[in-house]
Amino acid sequence: MSEIQAFLRSDGRKGIRNTLVVAYLVECAHFVASEIVHQFRNTPHEGEVQLIGFPGCYPNEYAAQMMEKLCTHPNVGAVLFVSLGCESFDKVRAANAVDSSNRPVKTLVIQRAGGTRSTIQAGADWIRQTLAQIAEVPRVRMGVDELIIGTVCGGSDGTSGISGNPAAGKAFDLLVAEGAACIFEETGELIGCEEIMAARAVTPELGNILRESVQKAERYYATLGYGSFAAGNAAGGLSTIEEKSLGAYVKSGDSPISGLIKPGDIPPSGGLYLMDVVPDGDVRFGFPNISDNAEIVEMIASGAHMTLFVTGRGSVVGSAISPVIKICANPDTYRNLAEDMDVNAGDIIEGVRSIPEVGQEIHDLVLAVAAGRQTKSEELGHREFILTYKSFEPIGPACLPGAA
Amino acid sequence: MSGKSSFGPFLLLSDKDNVLVARANSPEGLQVALEGGQVILSRPIPMAHKIARRDIAAGDVILKYGMPIGIATTAIRAGEHVHVHNIRSAYTPTHMLQDADGRSAGVSL
Repeated sequence: MSEIQAFLRSDGRKGIRNTLVVAYLVECAHFVASEIVHQFRNTPHEGEVQLIGFPGCYPNEYAAQMMEKLCTHPNVGAVLFVSLGCESFDKVRAANAVDSSNRPVKTLVIQRAGGTRSTIQAGADWIRQTLAQIAEVPRVRMGVDELIIGTVCGGSDGTSGISGNPAAGKAFDLLVAEGAACIFEETGELIGCEEIMAARAVTPELGNILRESVQKAERYYATLGYGSFAAGNAAGGLSTIEEKSLGAYVKSGDSPISGLIKPGDIPPSGGLYLMDVVPDGDVRFGFPNISDNAEIVEMIASGAHMTLFVTGRGSVVGSAISPVIKICANPDTYRNLAEDMDVNAGDIIEGVRSIPEVGQEIHDLVLAVAAGRQTKSEELGHREFILTYKSFEPIGPACLPGAA
Repeated sequence: MSGKSSFGPFLLLSDKDNVLVARANSPEGLQVALEGGQVILSRPIPMAHKIARRDIAAGDVILKYGMPIGIATTAIRAGEHVHVHNIRSAYTPTHMLQDADGRSAGVSL
């Protein structure tokens, strides 16, 4: 196993990638920002220059905080903000946050830069200089106990809960035992699991908090009229949200649950954490996570260096900033979409390999990807990203009993 | 787990369960030896879909992984497909399209 040579950031955190992100601050600047990124297609820097952004014109504290956390993520080396000029996003606050992390940062305002063509030119010029600068970031050795790993499932079917998710859970057990911080999430897909999950909390107070987070999700989705359940889940043999939930829950493995975090909270130490992704307060702004990438982005904002993505029906997505390892639960889907899948957990369904064997493969792949190996979605150029409106209250001290 | 965990292509995940999960696409007419006797599949069962392990009465709780996953909305005979047409969530209704049977492609053209 090759050792992890990480990118050392000035706050002491370590990254496994050295990405330059181009962030549009309103949909009106999206095209210009994406054209800047496209200037680096078919160059040696393709894949390193990545697009992220926020589409709304109206302010949102959650989105502002998420943008700051994402732009100062250890996998990020520099940031170019692209603003139209009249949107409400506080671009000065965002740029100051990046600047105080000692990363190169530049803000281009289209209304002042001469328009579309001029802004694209200015952005590409700045990126060319800055790529040379961030190539000099110091490299240092990184241990498994410094990794933060997220897990998500998407396009689930009836195989997810008996192959891919238990194998991901096994990988989580191995990583937690080695001191890594592991995050599982989507409280709307833990409905029916609240009691068994609460029993795994390191303190009874945390157990109550875990239970309440699922009850909040249940109320939230009941108001919306739909569960966290897509039509394709039913086609894949899942009949109810609680059946989907029980399958999803096993991705958390068997480790004790050390805390509850919300998007953007960084796990204070190694261990297993639940991320509460459902907004607090009255139902506003619609669905908690409108698609899988919204969940992936929230775990990245909480420091995830990479994400384990278990799919049965067959998702093909990757992510900006942090690599995605795709674990295919369904053997038929694997054969159909092998070019997009990193791990064939369908072997478990067909009796070819056991859950611990596939869990070990996932664990080993996590270390290889941390050491620089590209995942399938990275090779293919997938860099999906989505950030929308939400509102959260800060977590209380009982959410992180070990951090006190 | 006591006893058998596999019945032809169908898997028993927990001893408490009243459903079995298909680990392969299973054709209509397939004979499966369940604990209560031989059954014949009355329709193809796609991989990862469920059949009844034994007769289930309307209102019974459906157990998979030893945990409740829903409530039977009608009587279900041993060997019958158990899915959105005969069970419901105890929480929120299930959203589905035309392909929920696991057989149709879900595209019209």
